[in-house]
Amino acid sequence: MTTWHDFFKEQGRAPDWPYEIAYDREQEIETDVLVIGGGIAGCWAAINAARQGVKVALVEKGDTVRSGAGGPGCDHWCNAPANPLSNVDPDEWAEHMADRPFCNGIGIQIQCRENWDTLLEMEQMGGKIRDTEDKYKGAKGRDDKSKLMISPRYTRKHTYLDIGENAEAPDDTLNNVVIRVWGSTFKPALKKECKRLGVKIFDRVMATSLLTENGEQGARVIGATGVNSRTGEFFIFKSKATILSTSGASSIWMISTELGGYSNMLSRTISGDGTVMAWNAGAELTKMEGTGMVHIATGYKHKWYSGAGDASYENVPIVDANGKPVPYPTQGWKDAGAMIPNMETDKAIREGIRKGEYQLPFYGDFPAMPDVERDVTWKLMLGEESTTKIIIDTFNKAGYDESRDLLQSYKYLEGESLPQWFEAGYGGGILVDWNLKTTLDGLYAAGTQMFSPEDHSYAAATGRYAGRKAAAYAKEAGEIKLSRDQIEKEKARVYAPVKRSHGIEWKELHAGMARVMQYYASEFRTESLFKMGLRALEKLEKESVPQLYALDPHKLIRSLEDVSLLNYAKIIIQASLARKASSAPLHFFRIDYPDVDPPEWNKWLTIKQENGEVKINSLPATFWGNMKEQYEVNNKDYSGVYKE
Amino acid sequence: MSKDKIVAIPNIPTPNKPVIFNPDICKGCNICVEVCQVDVYIPHPEKGKPPIILHPEECWYCGCCVNDCPRPGAIEFNWPLQQRGYWKNKTTGEVHQI
Repeated sequence: MTTWHDFFKEQGRAPDWPYEIAYDREQEIETDVLVIGGGIAGCWAAINAARQGVKVALVEKGDTVRSGAGGPGCDHWCNAPANPLSNVDPDEWAEHMADRPFCNGIGIQIQCRENWDTLLEMEQMGGKIRDTEDKYKGAKGRDDKSKLMISPRYTRKHTYLDIGENAEAPDDTLNNVVIRVWGSTFKPALKKECKRLGVKIFDRVMATSLLTENGEQGARVIGATGVNSRTGEFFIFKSKATILSTSGASSIWMISTELGGYSNMLSRTISGDGTVMAWNAGAELTKMEGTGMVHIATGYKHKWYSGAGDASYENVPIVDANGKPVPYPTQGWKDAGAMIPNMETDKAIREGIRKGEYQLPFYGDFPAMPDVERDVTWKLMLGEESTTKIIIDTFNKAGYDESRDLLQSYKYLEGESLPQWFEAGYGGGILVDWNLKTTLDGLYAAGTQMFSPEDHSYAAATGRYAGRKAAAYAKEAGEIKLSRDQIEKEKARVYAPVKRSHGIEWKELHAGMARVMQYYASEFRTESLFKMGLRALEKLEKESVPQLYALDPHKLIRSLEDVSLLNYAKIIIQASLARKASSAPLHFFRIDYPDVDPPEWNKWLTIKQENGEVKINSLPATFWGNMKEQYEVNNKDYSGVYKE
Repeated sequence: MSKDKIVAIPNIPTPNKPVIFNPDICKGCNICVEVCQVDVYIPHPEKGKPPIILHPEECWYCGCCVNDCPRPGAIEFNWPLQQRGYWKNKTTGEVHQI
């Protein structure tokens, strides 16, 4: 017996709810630093705040041991130019990495300066970062002395796109800034360190709102509310400083009533809660109009990595059905780590398929690789990357032998994404300054919670940094008094769905919202459609949200997540209305403003609520100033790697 | 034909079985219940039995429940039919699927 239906069949009844129901119970927790979101950034924030000697509470919707996008693992520690094998200057490398449109220069500078120290601390905690067993001796990029393994993702110039012939670089110009790691060991070690340092962890608690001084929007943040996803118990956190480290919103355009969490790069729990909490509290957000296309890792498409060439495998040549090489980058040493072909190459491949030049399906030619490189890619990279261990294990168990067999690719076979399949999981987020402080006093942000986030080591380094800054603030912060009125209002909002036994359930609301976004904020974007979309979302908010019902605490959490997603969708449309130009890097194309990236629009649009009204402002493209100077001015007291 | 009593029951959510438990090996320690960030499982009301898959359609296929299981073979990943990958023997050209 495994499924609910098996149980029902055998016992003739549904199982009882296995956890105590405690909707009426309330706990108040007082802390110096509150961290919301226990993924990579949140754990690092909690650990580093605790190391500054302050009291820390960590709120996590799942269980901190494996939660978040980086919970299952991580195979690359990217952008670590301060590591001893690096061939570049950290500050110069940070400038180079920030020389891309709409990226976060503050976060990149922090990552480049501090993520090597962060990785050494990861090792102190028990994370594995070296090939100590000499398993991959002879692999390119392995340093026999330190046993660190450099990944080929970057050569002299980094790019995610195939830059053609210019990418060819002899070995002596490699930058050596990406390190292969055994990231499946990281998350349990982080949780253990949190516990060792006395961080109070609240697993299975969804934070629902931020509390502000006198309950006012735009005032200092002094805590948060939360609800337990198993018991329904209510939590009130009173904190001198609060760090938001939840993620973006994963499923705003995805419509499916059955595939509630299916094969996404981000799980269903990634529902924009932190961004919406900050929005409601009056914090400024930016880049909310930026979106991407859904390409990989959903139930609609084949899951990432289960076919070579989807996100590509390092150093694996892609061949057609007859073994003919396809000009697809190998994400390897010779093409600057490009993950996908440039537009011309992609077009040439597609045309080649139609003309019979390349025959589908395509395959990843693992057998063609030198043994040690194949082992590194298959066993280490895919064995340690987030959700891919289970994929390679399943293949091997089913009889796949990477030294003998070609692995099918789905990149071209499954066709292009439908034009209405967008995603907002990456990009937009909370505006921060050089302290990773938001525009609200007492509120900090880290990792994917910030605008224009990057990868795992970025989340780790910025989390660690925010922990340090928030702790310093908490040490100086004055007394706080919570507004009972604000708490009562939030309690009424949170528990409304469990007070109803019929109406609209969470999946239907989610699908209704996704349909609005597919119609009015997808391929064809123009002011009149945006306004129709906004009205349709407001109608859902007015008519359907008050009908949400939840039969247990789990469904309550899903319902509240939908309300977050709905609010997130509204912010996207409001930000979209404000950008009166098209933009390629923002994947934002308007019919009424077809000019792509006109220079006067090369700026950030910021968006916030003031007394309930939406306010739009703008900031220069590199508002953070000189990265090296600003970092140094703001971090005179940085003391490097943690010593007990 | 099954002799089970036929009852009126709603359609089963899809995909429905992200993993298969082996009740002979699983001791019901519920580590998989805890590492799952979306609460696909609930503990079985009878101690020692494998958990019940309550929210199968919320699975995001991260694999943590299988990776972290302390008893090999107690829990096996079960890819939905539409996600089962293919491969081809480079020498013989024979095509296989999970």
